[in-house]
Amino acid sequence: MSAGGNAILDVQVWRGREKGEFQAFAVPRRTHQTVLDVVTAIQREQDSTLSYRFACRVGMCGSCAMVVNGRPRWTCRTRVAEVIKDGEPLRLEPLRNFPVVKDLAVEMTQFFDKWKDARGFFEPGTMPEKDFAVVPPASPERRAADAGIECIGCGVCYSACDVVAWDEDYLGPAALNRAWTLVNDVRDRGQAVRLKAVSGSAGCQACHTHMNCTQFCPKAIAPTYSIAGLKRAMLRWTLRGRP
Amino acid sequence: MSAILFTAQRLTAFVLAAAIAIHLATIIYAVHSGLTAGNILARTHGNIGFLLFYAVFVVAVAIHAPIGLRNVLREWTPWRGRSLDVALALLALLLLILGGRAVFAVFSA
Amino acid sequence: MMRASHKQPGFAAALLHRLSGIVLAIFLPLHFLALATALNGANALDSFLALTRQPLVEAAEVILVAALATHMALGLRLLAIEFFGFREKAGAALWASATAVFGIGLAFLLNLG
Repeated sequence: MSAGGNAILDVQVWRGREKGEFQAFAVPRRTHQTVLDVVTAIQREQDSTLSYRFACRVGMCGSCAMVVNGRPRWTCRTRVAEVIKDGEPLRLEPLRNFPVVKDLAVEMTQFFDKWKDARGFFEPGTMPEKDFAVVPPASPERRAADAGIECIGCGVCYSACDVVAWDEDYLGPAALNRAWTLVNDVRDRGQAVRLKAVSGSAGCQACHTHMNCTQFCPKAIAPTYSIAGLKRAMLRWTLRGRP
Repeated sequence: MSAILFTAQRLTAFVLAAAIAIHLATIIYAVHSGLTAGNILARTHGNIGFLLFYAVFVVAVAIHAPIGLRNVLREWTPWRGRSLDVALALLALLLLILGGRAVFAVFSA
Repeated sequence: MMRASHKQPGFAAALLHRLSGIVLAIFLPLHFLALATALNGANALDSFLALTRQPLVEAAEVILVAALATHMALGLRLLAIEFFGFREKAGAALWASATAVFGIGLAFLLNLG
């Protein structure tokens, strides 16, 4: 589909919860149309009961992720033309590995609880530091943290992860990636607790290096390598007798 | 998989990577240069280097394989818990005994 | 429809790694048993030679070597990514080269089998 015209897009949209079915909609095709534009068009013009989630529409908030023709994506930053060729149906499903609230909206509570479980938050310690920590931007720790710091918690990696699909307790790429950025934070005072938290049976060593998270991350973060970093840190920590 | 099992799995993996490379290279060399079984046994007989190398190899395998199988079984079957761990500890012992026996047989043949 | 995540090379690598590992775990005790039993007999050398000529044993040993080479090459990929910080391009290259090396080795084996 090139420009405007009178073309109609065949859209298959998941309706219901875990059990449900695809409902077909016909949506006018527009130039540079994003997948989110299509969903919004359906909701505003054809069926106001369709549930989905979005906020910023420009790839900053991370709330509009869905499975688009089998692959998890940000719908706001995905043009229809990137996903399908002319005449093919557009197939929209809620993110996998999340409980479905309704239609295209998923429950993200467990996903964010796992960030806490992985100690994915800064631990300043009980006493304030006497002086500022000096963190040279070129230091290996700072670079490692930088590589994973831009995550906005959209859940695309978690949806793509086969290990989460097999073991619902697995902490998942996003939470482990966040933990790795903090392992590299020299100011953090909770490292032993964090290493223990990420090395349980649902922790970093469950990762199979399938690399789906790294392949699909819209921010081009590579959680696989963050998890590999955690594996190294965990191995060293174990060899030192888990102090 | 616990942190300790993971550590044991990866450390033995490093040992095995080197051991398998040598093992395969030796096999290929032996076959390619047309060594007969008699030639091979003549070289391995009473060879302490051979004995030590394969003893390390067998021990690493006996640790590495049951941990890997444990992961497979826990992910692909409903088998969990103590019975699984005991079964795999027995497998480790079996590999150790059979492997040790084989190495010693070649060493003393 | 096949899940997008199952089309990734990493998925195939992990699956092959796992399957070759299972094959090794099954064949290895037999490999040990065959070696020890053959050599423990009174006429050690003769029985060993006879054993290696049996087609079934020969086939089993070739499978064992193939599984070993595959498992090792894929293990190297994993160690490269996990412990040496290789990015996938380098990891994949390593995996490919290791496979090629052992492919050649295997060809030698089969040639003379």
